[in-house]
Amino acid sequence: MSQHSDHPDSSPMQSLLRVLKSLVVYRWLLIGSLVSLLCLTAANAVTPQLFRWGIDEGITKKDLQIVLYSAGVLVLAAISRGLFNFGQSFWAEAASQGVAYDLRNRIFSKIQNLSFSYHDQAQTSQLLTRVTNDIEQIRTFLGTSLVQVISSVVTLVSIAVVILLMNWRLALITLTVVPMTGWLLAQFFTKNSRLFGQVQEQLGNLNAVLQENLIGIRVVKAFVREDAEAERYTALNNALVETSMKTIRAIRNTFPFIFLLSNLVTLAVFGYGGAEVIGGQFSIGELVAFNAYLLLILQPLLLIGFAAPAIAQAASSAQRVYEVVDATIDIRDRPNAIPFSGCVGRITFEHVSFRYPGATTEALKEVSFETKPKELIAVLGMTASGKSTIMNLLPRFYDVTAGSVRIDGRDVRDFSLKSLRSHIGIVFQETTLFSGTLRENIAYANTNASLEQVMEVAKAAQMHDFIMGLPDGYETIVGERGVGLSGGQKQRVAIARTLLTNYSILILDDSTSAVDAQTAVQIQAALDDLMRQKACTTFVVAQRISTVQNADRILLMDKGRLVGQGTHTELMSTSPLYGAILESQVKQAPALTPSR
Amino acid sequence: MRSIGPGIVSEQKAQKQISTLRRFLQYFRPFRVEIPIALMLVSIGAATQAVGPFLLGWSIDHVIAKGDVRGLLLLLSLLAILYLSGIWAIRGQILRVGSIMQRLLAQIRQDIFVKIQSLPLSFFDRSEAGDLMSRLLNDVNTVNQAFGQTVAQMLGNLLSLVGIVIAMLAINLQLGLLSNLVVPLMIFTTGLFSSWARTRFRVTRQTIGELSAKLEEDISSVREAQAFNRVQLNIEEFDLLNAANRDANVQAVAITSAFLPSIDFLNTLATAGVLAYGGYLAVTGAATVGVVTSFLLYVQQFFRPIQILSQFYTQAQSAFAGLERIFLLLDEPSELKDAANAVEMPPIQGEVLFEAVTFGYTPDQQVLKGVNLVAHPGQMIALVGPTGAGKSTIINLILRFYDVSGGAVKIDGVDVRGVTQASLRRQIGIVLQDNILFSGTVAENIAFGMPRATQAEIEAAAQMANVHEFITSLPQGYATQLGERGAPLSQGQRQLISIARAVLINPRILILDEATSSIDTRTEALVQTAIARLLKNRTSFVIAHRLSTVTQADQVLVIQQGAIAEHGTHAELIEQGGVYANLYALQMTATHSVPV
Repeated sequence: MSQHSDHPDSSPMQSLLRVLKSLVVYRWLLIGSLVSLLCLTAANAVTPQLFRWGIDEGITKKDLQIVLYSAGVLVLAAISRGLFNFGQSFWAEAASQGVAYDLRNRIFSKIQNLSFSYHDQAQTSQLLTRVTNDIEQIRTFLGTSLVQVISSVVTLVSIAVVILLMNWRLALITLTVVPMTGWLLAQFFTKNSRLFGQVQEQLGNLNAVLQENLIGIRVVKAFVREDAEAERYTALNNALVETSMKTIRAIRNTFPFIFLLSNLVTLAVFGYGGAEVIGGQFSIGELVAFNAYLLLILQPLLLIGFAAPAIAQAASSAQRVYEVVDATIDIRDRPNAIPFSGCVGRITFEHVSFRYPGATTEALKEVSFETKPKELIAVLGMTASGKSTIMNLLPRFYDVTAGSVRIDGRDVRDFSLKSLRSHIGIVFQETTLFSGTLRENIAYANTNASLEQVMEVAKAAQMHDFIMGLPDGYETIVGERGVGLSGGQKQRVAIARTLLTNYSILILDDSTSAVDAQTAVQIQAALDDLMRQKACTTFVVAQRISTVQNADRILLMDKGRLVGQGTHTELMSTSPLYGAILESQVKQAPALTPSR
Repeated sequence: MRSIGPGIVSEQKAQKQISTLRRFLQYFRPFRVEIPIALMLVSIGAATQAVGPFLLGWSIDHVIAKGDVRGLLLLLSLLAILYLSGIWAIRGQILRVGSIMQRLLAQIRQDIFVKIQSLPLSFFDRSEAGDLMSRLLNDVNTVNQAFGQTVAQMLGNLLSLVGIVIAMLAINLQLGLLSNLVVPLMIFTTGLFSSWARTRFRVTRQTIGELSAKLEEDISSVREAQAFNRVQLNIEEFDLLNAANRDANVQAVAITSAFLPSIDFLNTLATAGVLAYGGYLAVTGAATVGVVTSFLLYVQQFFRPIQILSQFYTQAQSAFAGLERIFLLLDEPSELKDAANAVEMPPIQGEVLFEAVTFGYTPDQQVLKGVNLVAHPGQMIALVGPTGAGKSTIINLILRFYDVSGGAVKIDGVDVRGVTQASLRRQIGIVLQDNILFSGTVAENIAFGMPRATQAEIEAAAQMANVHEFITSLPQGYATQLGERGAPLSQGQRQLISIARAVLINPRILILDEATSSIDTRTEALVQTAIARLLKNRTSFVIAHRLSTVTQADQVLVIQQGAIAEHGTHAELIEQGGVYANLYALQMTATHSVPV
């Protein structure tokens, strides 16, 4: 999916920097979070000092007032810690939600605008992952990991300074815990990050077998594969246990030692500090405070350790997201694009050749023809003969590789895309129903259409009676969570949908293939009128010869070339290919599956 | 529901949770010996952690205050030994608990798989089954996450919390009671926050669901969006959902961001209480500085266990919901496999007999109403009729996926209920419409019904199925790894491989559900000749969608509403002028409506 991009080869870390720059929009939230973070660190650093004060000046000197003061200040510290802690994490989370929102909008609008050639090579599921999972990774990084790392570093540094000022010898003993723990954690993550990925992967594999057995249960039973499948599953299940145990061993070999380390340093502090207390250079309060600081040092180290893999993940996620955001839109308006406002009906293909991006052979080779106003053109050919490709070039879903496509003498590339496409009505070969009502589906391109208008086109598409027969009529919910429609019914919705656009050129790409014969004839009759009234030119791509018999002219395609044109009768007598197609259709026609 | 009342509903819910828990606990049975050992290690580990602050506090009063440097060193060395032996217990605990949990989870996964294989097919046809299945993988993951690696940590923290509480009460009852007041407060706060968060997260789950649905729809229909100039509108609609999701998340995050600060606040409050009251006791001589110090150290250790336990609590909750569904599945009645006196099916000649067969998937709805048919060895039977007429049911009964409600299905005169399923199914081959393949190599997929097949046998089958050439053209040939459900092969290629799969077991009876979806012309031709070869000399039942298939059949059965409406050869049925002749005529007008 990385074929073209305005930012070639940006590394994961560069992408992460771009994410950070996008925080600028939310600078106030960010500043709020960072200020809270600093205040929180200060409040944290003060707490042990309160212990010291309470013990040395209060308890040791038997001054109850100071004891109570120190406790009172501690309550204040508790309140401010709570508030700053909340501010730090809430504002960071809020900013991260904002960035995720912006990124999602950007990537979505990019996806919506990327040309057909891009979508031919991209998989829906992959794009989906980028908009959902990858952006979520980035968001987690901004909302959690980033703040964790910053606050950990700030805490570490400030605590280090405080304890160095208190007692530099003791501080040095205490700080040995930092490099040692850091080393242990680094070892743990570098050695085992693959292992943790492996557990996820193996669980995925195991679930894949489970799912296959769910979907393919009939096949499994019919082929008496139960035992073999159970064996396969058991093997994967055992492998998962083994890998999981490896991760457990890795945990066992790291974290107990980290805790041991901190415990031993505590002892060292007590030993050295205790000796100094005995020698009179140090107070008990200071010793207790020191111990409290020790706890504050360990937590940031662990946080940084756990944030590190999340940051690496976020960086590669950011790279994947920007790959889409930066992708080049192949087909866009020329600088002086003019609006398309209607046509007389002279459509010219002049030596048009076309090759799909990434393909090795040309889909169209030197195709030339010209239509007359109000002509009904049928395009016929075998699968992959290039007939649909011709239709893709007219609304500029793709641009020609060589030659030109002109409407009334104007190259289609001179028109603005929006105006051009809004005047070309297309019925695609395959119909997508959107989740929503039938009315919304028909009014897909013209959301302001009145119910009367919707009904009118539904009638033309022979769909009205069926819809009225449904309990909810035009308000019937269809699509993924709604009523299922048959292929033929879907195609009729698609025809109605297209009839409701402001078309002056009409393209019907094999659009009655799934409709049963009788209805196809009815639709044809209704369409004939409409086509002649409103469209300046109509193209019908079809497999069935019955659908094309009343065309003014038939273009016969074979392997990307235009090999013949004329009326049905003319082609019958001149083209052997035409005769062959006719015959093969009779043989291969899907029979006896009445349309539902 | 309202009449039951909320009290009873929650009581039922609680009962359900208890029975889920009891069921879950049964999985611990095999580890009767290991569990006490693991728990002992956990207790030792927790005790070594709890004893530290006590001894350190004690040392302040009894060693440091007396200026006993040697005593101090002795005490610290003692503690060091304690910590070092503690680490042995902690490491053992991580390994033991981890190993128990991993094996336990593997057992649950294994039980799920075995159950799925033993469920009757009727289960998979039930509507609520789909829902259960779609959540199953997710449930397995959730349970794995909650009980996989964190249990040891959770147990350790739970016990150290208990240890700390006990130690505090033992050192100084009054101070202990005061500072332990905070524990129930923390638990209460945790419960409060988790119920707030639940309601907020319900909203975020809904908004993210809507957002994902919109995304999926709009990405997969991006071509329509561009052709119908819907891009801008889609972007605006997406923006609304995106913003709603962001706002819901910010609201939820406000709760989660407040949670830890609140716990931390309570914790610091307790610390202040210890300082104030402990200080008061110390000043009045009722306690020593060392006791106060111990308490300060202990109180600071509340925070982490509570934090970890609350995390575990949320995870465990969703895991229990998952377990509940898993147990629901495990409680489904299994399929009755073979009759007690079932014998091996002798080698099949190929005569299939239906004697007045009636059948219903549910007792009150008959799908087959007295079907009689005889297929002689080597005959091809075409089943024709609308969807839902009972064609698939006839096939399900031949394979004994279901047992008849009345009448009998006999093969070579043997009632299929009297033989073992495996011996019967091994001699019947199937090629289904959706061509389900499995992850694994191409060779493994062909050898699906005969895992011990030699490479030569596999290649011979592939040659028969016209797919050998294609396979050898792949870079890895027969060793090419296929992904889930046969990705990335095309529909046609998958069909060829599933034909080879059926060829390899050399069945006497073959069942073919013809594909309706169109595949490219070249592959179509390969499929047709492969199928013709496959059908030769075998008794075959074909759910036919193609005219060419039907005309070749020895018998055509027109199934309508669970009964055989017409029966004969193609020519005979045309002669008859009934339903079949009508269908045929309609099809012919569609292809022949042009004057040839």
